[in-house]
Amino acid sequence: MVLTTEQQAILNGEKGETLAKVMKTLVMYGEAFGAEKMVPITSKYNHLVTSFGLKVMAPVYDLMQQLLDAGVASGQKFSVDPRPLDKNVPANFLQNFVFNKFMYTKQDFYEKQLMELGLLDEDAFTCACYMDEVGNKPQKGEVLSWAESSAVVYANSVLGARCNRNSGIIDIMGSIVGYVPYFGLLTDEGRKATWVVKVETTKKPEAQLLGSAIGMKVMEDVPYVVGLDKWLGTELDDAACAYLKDFGAATASNGAVGLYHIDKLTPEAVELGESLIVEGAKEYVIDDAELQRVQDNYPVIWKNPDATPKLCFVGCPHLSLQQLKDWTEKVEQGLKDSGNKKVLIPTVFTAPPKVLEAFEKTEYAARLKATGVITSYICPLMYMNNPLCKKMPVITSSNKLRTYTSARYYTDAQILQAITKGGKV
Amino acid sequence: MKQFKGRVVTPGEVTAEAVVTTQGFNTLASLQMPLQFGDKEVKCSDQNNAELHGKPLIHKALCLPQTIGSTTGGLVLYCACALGKNPACMLFANPIDSLAAAGAILADVWVEGVTMPVVDSLGDEFLNYVKDGMMITVKADGVVEVDG
Repeated sequence: MVLTTEQQAILNGEKGETLAKVMKTLVMYGEAFGAEKMVPITSKYNHLVTSFGLKVMAPVYDLMQQLLDAGVASGQKFSVDPRPLDKNVPANFLQNFVFNKFMYTKQDFYEKQLMELGLLDEDAFTCACYMDEVGNKPQKGEVLSWAESSAVVYANSVLGARCNRNSGIIDIMGSIVGYVPYFGLLTDEGRKATWVVKVETTKKPEAQLLGSAIGMKVMEDVPYVVGLDKWLGTELDDAACAYLKDFGAATASNGAVGLYHIDKLTPEAVELGESLIVEGAKEYVIDDAELQRVQDNYPVIWKNPDATPKLCFVGCPHLSLQQLKDWTEKVEQGLKDSGNKKVLIPTVFTAPPKVLEAFEKTEYAARLKATGVITSYICPLMYMNNPLCKKMPVITSSNKLRTYTSARYYTDAQILQAITKGGKV
Repeated sequence: MKQFKGRVVTPGEVTAEAVVTTQGFNTLASLQMPLQFGDKEVKCSDQNNAELHGKPLIHKALCLPQTIGSTTGGLVLYCACALGKNPACMLFANPIDSLAAAGAILADVWVEGVTMPVVDSLGDEFLNYVKDGMMITVKADGVVEVDG
């Protein structure tokens, strides 16, 4: 890699040993992918993935402390993934004990570190930082040092920004030195599609199921998806963006997708069309049967597969304001149809703190509360990633949550039926 | 014994028993639970990976195409190394992905006294040949010897 005089000076230790190690990490990271240079980060804000003060992650907090002790700080303010705990979310005595006394004992300490390193504010905890209410929304072509797989794939695909699938810690190291190695999804070549995915379903495919199928098939490659405009249209309106948020999260967690193009819809596909597809690209056809096959093959790891669900999570990644409103109407209608007054399963809808704040100002908030649904800013994944929750039959419409926990995946329609009408899904 | 030649991502020499996955290795799903709850054998907790689920990973030669999943993957791998609960080495059939590279490099630069050789680009033939339980020796120049 060829470094500028300034970058080389940092690497040589002229600005301290710790900063030299940060630069060495980034140089080695870039060289692993054949990067020949570092390029400046051009986004206003960064986004970090590590939001949780888990005791076992002590090496991460030790490293952060080394950075703070050396007087280095992020050159950008940043948002960060959701908090792991919220007292509004149902938890029994034992769960609360494990959460607070065993698992997340470093939470307060780590949040203090984040504030010192450059956290935007106390409400900047969400995986969907790009929502208007949150305000960390990069522009097309901007270079980022973000982590959080669902945010990275959204920024690349829907916003047209440029970001590799950086790991936690690498994310903040980029904004400490102000540069990232130039490779992969930062380059024009790396943004070309090596797969063509043809959507040939007879109805609008479930976003998180379609994303799961594509992620498992293409792994970390870039897919160019045709046939989805039939269901989403050709405008990136609220509905399309919410769909792509959920779709992308599933491609990134069930596989390792960092960028997708949707024909006639996402910015680079609109601009460059099929010239984005490399010669000899592989093909994957998705019809109703293929989606059913994918869903049927998810492992069921509940001890009793027929257990009555004890908790339902919707909102991984976090819901948008419009999604909260839409769900409110659907839950109300479902309850009306079934003659029930409140949801039959404890249900939590998760969204960014600032979206929840905006939601509370609408008439929908009281209506949703009346259905018995709880709203929270929590990260459902962090809530569930422990043996106690593993024993609980939890249902979700999030394929990301399904991937990492014992939660069982159902489509939005199936979830609605389960929480409003009950019975076997 | 069969030899394969790959590219050294992080250096080192080691001999260990193989555990093999032919699907992407989801680092967060595989390692976070055993690390968090003190599983000394670091048994893989990824329910979506039938080849590895429940198998010990500590001190093994982890043979894989690439890692997949969320971007905490790199720091989970870094933590595994810092806590001494990492695989003996990671051997990739494909070119390494950004999360695995980050985890291995963070450990190499920031953790004293930890060596986890990582070799990538060993090719599909490597992953077709190697099976659970085979003994593997990683050389400093990226040569991987598989003793079947």
